[in-house]
Formats: sequence, structure tokens, C-alpha cells
Amino acid sequence: MSLMTFLLQNVLNALQWGSFYAIIALGYAMVYSILMLFNFAHGDIFMAGSYIGFGIATGLLYLVTSGIIAMPHWLILVLTIILSMFVTSFLGILVERIGYRPLRNAPRASAAITGLMIGIILETANLALLGAKRRGFPALITQKVYTIGGAFVTNRKILVVVVSIGLMLLLDQFVRKTKWGMAMRAMSYDFVVVPLMGVSIDIIAPLTFAIGSALAAAGGVLYGISYPVLNPYMGIIIGWKAFVAAILGGRGSIMGAALAGFLLGFIEIFVATVFPSTLRDLIAFSIVLVILTFRPYGFFGKPYSAKLRL
Amino acid sequence: MLLEVENLRVSYGHIKALHGISFKVDEGEIVCIIGANGAGKSTTLRALSRMVDVEEGTKMLFNGKDMLKYKPEKVVSELGISHVPEGRRLFGNLTVLENLKLATFARKDKENIKKDMERMFSIFPRLEERRHQEAETLSGGEQQMLAVARAFMSAKKVMLLDEPSMGLAPKLMLSMFDSLAEISREGTTILLVEQNARLALKFARRGYVLEVGNLVLQGDSKDLLNNPEVKKAYLGG
Repeated sequence: MSLMTFLLQNVLNALQWGSFYAIIALGYAMVYSILMLFNFAHGDIFMAGSYIGFGIATGLLYLVTSGIIAMPHWLILVLTIILSMFVTSFLGILVERIGYRPLRNAPRASAAITGLMIGIILETANLALLGAKRRGFPALITQKVYTIGGAFVTNRKILVVVVSIGLMLLLDQFVRKTKWGMAMRAMSYDFVVVPLMGVSIDIIAPLTFAIGSALAAAGGVLYGISYPVLNPYMGIIIGWKAFVAAILGGRGSIMGAALAGFLLGFIEIFVATVFPSTLRDLIAFSIVLVILTFRPYGFFGKPYSAKLRL
Repeated sequence: MLLEVENLRVSYGHIKALHGISFKVDEGEIVCIIGANGAGKSTTLRALSRMVDVEEGTKMLFNGKDMLKYKPEKVVSELGISHVPEGRRLFGNLTVLENLKLATFARKDKENIKKDMERMFSIFPRLEERRHQEAETLSGGEQQMLAVARAFMSAKKVMLLDEPSMGLAPKLMLSMFDSLAEISREGTTILLVEQNARLALKFARRGYVLEVGNLVLQGDSKDLLNNPEVKKAYLGG
């Protein structure tokens, strides 16, 4: 294998692996940017999104195989992604309403443990409802392998990267062009005076949770398609790593979080090609630690926040 | 009476900021509240905007409606009261145009938005020149213009103004007050709080004097300007 092929292969792998971190990190960054708190339940929302996708895909497949409705598999895939995003967005709204809104003026630490508790609740509720049995995510697309410049890439990997980046570009447009996006940006700058614009924080905050959760659900479905074994704790490690990416990107910087997500994917993949895979996280996160030493506010973070109490 | 406030009390923790003040503002008036730093001027405006909680016994009526039943965003969108907060508090990461558009987020009279925007640009031509610039990059005077224009775009029945003269050079200060007079002439009621008592009393028709949480004097501006106590305490002798 030539060096070029080697590099290309790893870049492709890293893009796919980084997509998961990036799409989850977006949710952390969005919530942080408007409410100045990290939603530590976000990794578990990713897990829930994956299970919701599993339920929707299984249901649709059942309807198709039993002949009740007819639709091609690609349509099942598209519907699974869209419906999971839709359903999971309501989970996000619920988390904001029940978990965070009553604590909006509480100490930050209370909000932080709220996230942790909601996470545990989601994990154990899943365990109680579905049992400890691992679930296999249905194979919605038959795997095809393509060769690009000597490197191998599957249609599933391409799907992950294309859908993730597509959603990120959509989010970027939403945040920049719509009035809700404008309100979110305003809130990230100074949330105290937002109500003076006639804008209710009780609309913008749940909207932000909804969008973040929908993105996590898309990530969860893509993850299920790529690594089809689901378990209730699947969101913990990946959630923490995405959180690291959100910090690395610069607290509250949405695109910074996405880029840092990809960067983390690259670091992990390249470390794993050089060192034994058991050392992967050890070395990868040591690198992150060094980066943070030199850039304590992350790549796009500002040294101070303009937010003050009115 | 457009705005009637009775026995307004506000505390921050154990510290009493307002000890039960009462005042009125009639439709179309320009009224000012003057007082030293820490007298409770900003707190008064924040209470009206429902940004701080008031204590039991407070009565605030707007057009006969109980303002205490309104959330902060509804005070703007339903009652029509806008607020230029202390320190302007612009969204520095948004452009001038975005700041103005965001203020119209909840407005129901969409057909009037364009007209209002044009009016603001005619009063503050600098804002139109800089409409695609981020608010952070504006000069102090331009920021104050944007703060006023943004408030006007959000609601124009009443405008609450918190120290519009702050940080402005004398010439800019005067032109800012000319612009405010223009806004007032077309029907916006103005309640202004100011440390610069002379400027405020020349601009307003009536005034109140606030001292550590109590209204100690009130009357026509020209009487207050000639009042020996006011002269001594606020007009430099």
C-alpha cells in the first residue's frame, strides 16, 4: 500500500468517525452558547435517538415485509432518519422543560448534576423498558464497497459523512438566516436582554434543545447503521468525547465544535494506525490535553463572555 | 393616565432598592426621573419591564391593565413598552440590521415594520450606512443610536430610556436628545432616567427626583430646574 493510499484510507475513516463526534458536539455547543450550561444528558439523548431509530426502522420493516405497505429500502432509511430526529427533538424539549427550566437561576453545579441524573434516568429507563438484551440495528442498506485511489470505502461510511455534513450546513444556514437562528445568536451574546426584544427565552431554549437532540438522533441512527449493536450505555463514552470536542472547539462556538469533532476523529484514527489500539484514547486525549494547554479557550472560544446580569 | 405606578417596591436580597415609589406618565408625555448613582433609577425601569421582581403591594397599571400579569417579553410585544437598557446591551455579534430585525421578532403588525425601519434610518442615517456592520464595531454614539432604534423597532407606544447620555461627548449627547424629541413628536411616550439632570429636565416636561429608593420631589421641569434643592444637589449649585 502506497503512502498516499494509506493516508487517503485513514482520512476517509477519520471523516466518518469524526462525523459522530461532530454531530453530537453541536448539541453541547448550542445549548452552552445560549444557556451557559452543558447538557450532560446529551450523550444519552444520542443513545435514545439511536433506539428510537431502531424502533422506527424495525416498525417500518415489519410493515413492508408483512405487505401492509410497500416502499423501497432507501425510503425506509430516509424516513427512519427524519422520524427519529422528529421524535427525539421532543425528548430534548422534555429534558429542557422538566430538567433545566426550573433550575435556570440555580447554581451551575445543580444544572450540571441535573444533566447527569437525566442521563442515568434515560439509561436505566431504557434498561427497564427494553431489558438488558442488546439490540441489533436493522441493516437498512446492503453494504457496498468502493475503491477510491486504492482506499476502500463503504456506502455506509459515505452515508454517514454526507448526511452529517449536510445537516451541519443546514444548521449553519438556519442559525445565520432565520429569525430563530438570529435569536439564538443574540441569546448567546447576552441572554438577559433578549426578552426586551419581545422574544421569549421559553421558546428559544426548547428550540435549541430540540435541534441539538434531533442532530444527536441523526447521529444515533447513522451510528446504528455503522455499528449495529445497541446498548443503553452506548452514549456515555461517545458523549464524553463529543463534549471534549465542544470544549476544544471553544465553548459555545457551534462550528468550532463541529470542526473539533472531526479533529478528534482524525487524532483517534491516526493514533490507532500507529500505536496499538489499546493505547488509542490514552494518546489521543493526551494530545487534546496539550492542545488545551496552549489554547485554553479552545479554537474559537473567547477569553471572556459578554454575559452579565441586568 | 397611560402608566400608573403605585407603591413600587423592589429588593435585591436584603437590600431594599425602591421603598414604595409612585408616579404617573400620561400619553405622549416626556417624563424624567433624575437621581444620583444607586438611587434606584435603573431598577425602576427594570421593574416596569418586569425584568426584576416587585414586592407585595406594588401596583403597576398600563392603560388600566395590570402589568404584573405580563411576562417581560409580553410587556414589549403586547403592551408596547420598549426599553433601552443601561449600557445599551446591543447584540455585538449581530449586524445593525439584524439587531433591528430581531427586535421585530414578535410584532404582529408586519406591514408597519418596513415603514418604522425607514423612519429610524431617516432619524439615524449613520445606522443605514453601517447596516451590515456588526454592532460590536460601532462607535459609542452609533451604538446608542442603535440601542434607541432597536427599542423603537420592538415597540413604540412607550419607550423607557436608561441614561441615553452615558458615555457620549456633549455634541453627540445633544443630537441624541434631538432625535429622541423627534421620536416623541410622532407619538411615542418617553420615560427617561438620567444622571445628567440638567439635560434631562430641559428635555422632559415633568420630572421626579429619586433619592435612595424614594421619590422626594416632583413637578414641572422648569420648576425643578429652579428649585434650590435640585440646583444644589444635581445642577452643581
